[in-house]
Amino acid sequence: MTPASTSPLWALFLREWRVARRIGGSGAMGVVFFLTFVTLVPFAIGADPNLLARIGPAILWIAALMASLLSFDRLFQADAEDGSLDLLHLGSSPLELVVLIKCLAHWAASGLPLILAAPFLGLMLQQEPIALGGVVATLLVGTPALTLIGGIGAAATVTVRRGGLLMALLVLPLTIPILIFGVSAAEAASGGSVPFLSPFLILCAITLTAFALCPFAAAAALRYLGE
Amino acid sequence: MRLCVEGLSVQRAGRRIIDNIGFKLTEGEALVVCGRNGAGKSTLLRALAGLLPTTQGVISLNRGVLEVELAQNTHYLAHADGMKLALSVEENLNFWANYLAGPSHPRSQSIPQALSIVGLTHALRAPFGALSAGQKRRAALARLLVVYRPLWLLDEPMTALDQASRARLAQAMRAHCAEGGIIIVATHEPLGFVTTRELAL
Repeated sequence: MTPASTSPLWALFLREWRVARRIGGSGAMGVVFFLTFVTLVPFAIGADPNLLARIGPAILWIAALMASLLSFDRLFQADAEDGSLDLLHLGSSPLELVVLIKCLAHWAASGLPLILAAPFLGLMLQQEPIALGGVVATLLVGTPALTLIGGIGAAATVTVRRGGLLMALLVLPLTIPILIFGVSAAEAASGGSVPFLSPFLILCAITLTAFALCPFAAAAALRYLGE
Repeated sequence: MRLCVEGLSVQRAGRRIIDNIGFKLTEGEALVVCGRNGAGKSTLLRALAGLLPTTQGVISLNRGVLEVELAQNTHYLAHADGMKLALSVEENLNFWANYLAGPSHPRSQSIPQALSIVGLTHALRAPFGALSAGQKRRAALARLLVVYRPLWLLDEPMTALDQASRARLAQAMRAHCAEGGIIIVATHEPLGFVTTRELAL
């Protein structure tokens, strides 16, 4: 590949994407964890097809949440350790956009594979096609918000050695609204008393809010902790 | 190009590490910052790069009468190399060339040129993680060359470098000064070129 001149932010996106896809990156690990988690559930609660069909969307959502949580703590810490985080401050792009691009690249490399894997794992949980569609649609809308909120946690714990657990404690409570509306929309897709669109549109609103606010919070945390 | 630092003080964890330091550097000047371990050499460089909040004082970089953005005209080289182990030397340098680049500058070198200056041409496609400590350092130094920025802040640039590489670095620093750049180096070791100024912390 010949080096080409691109915009700073696109260069950053490509770098993050490549690092995540190389050996030891977070891309494939999340999917494997997702698969393992979903496989474990029938062993724990029994292989009753009706029960699995009923709680399937919730299981897929919790598994996706856990799988994304696994990879967050390296989001800024890897850059802090190898010194790139300091250098990212010296570019012409504002830190908020840098955070946003890093989160988007992280989502593309580790969130998107989860969404692609979800329908296949849903089959193991006795999900009907319409329910699978609901799960995929809600994950597609909801996981970017998970990544952006995870970005705040990752930025706040960037100087904490082995801060993964602390980050999980910070991030998990903030993901509750996403989980509530994600799961209720996914369940509403296959019937029920609630129409699909009402929780789904609230989920969309949460994600848009996360896009607007989270980069500022994470960038502020990175600036303050740079000391 | 002129760098003015006036009455600079930096406090970290409640302790004043840099206390009321001031100096002026003009085009082509190099400043060596020396002092015992923990004297605040790295703190001073980080503060100059804008990575630490200053308690007091003014840092300004002027081109003619215009004050220019400090961060976008500064190269900062610290102990960490700022490179990803999983990517090749070329991918790493290409990223920084694109990320740090402002309007294209005639003095920015291409990646092969920069690598030949630091003596690392053969490692263009090698993964960064496979390089030795000295080679990593040289690749990090090549970053200073792929994007031209007038102010270089170098924190112990000689670490892990062999004699030949030190001579190459001295040569690159001389060239940078001759072209009108400003260099501030924190080091314990002789640099191998005549520096104009010295600041003891």
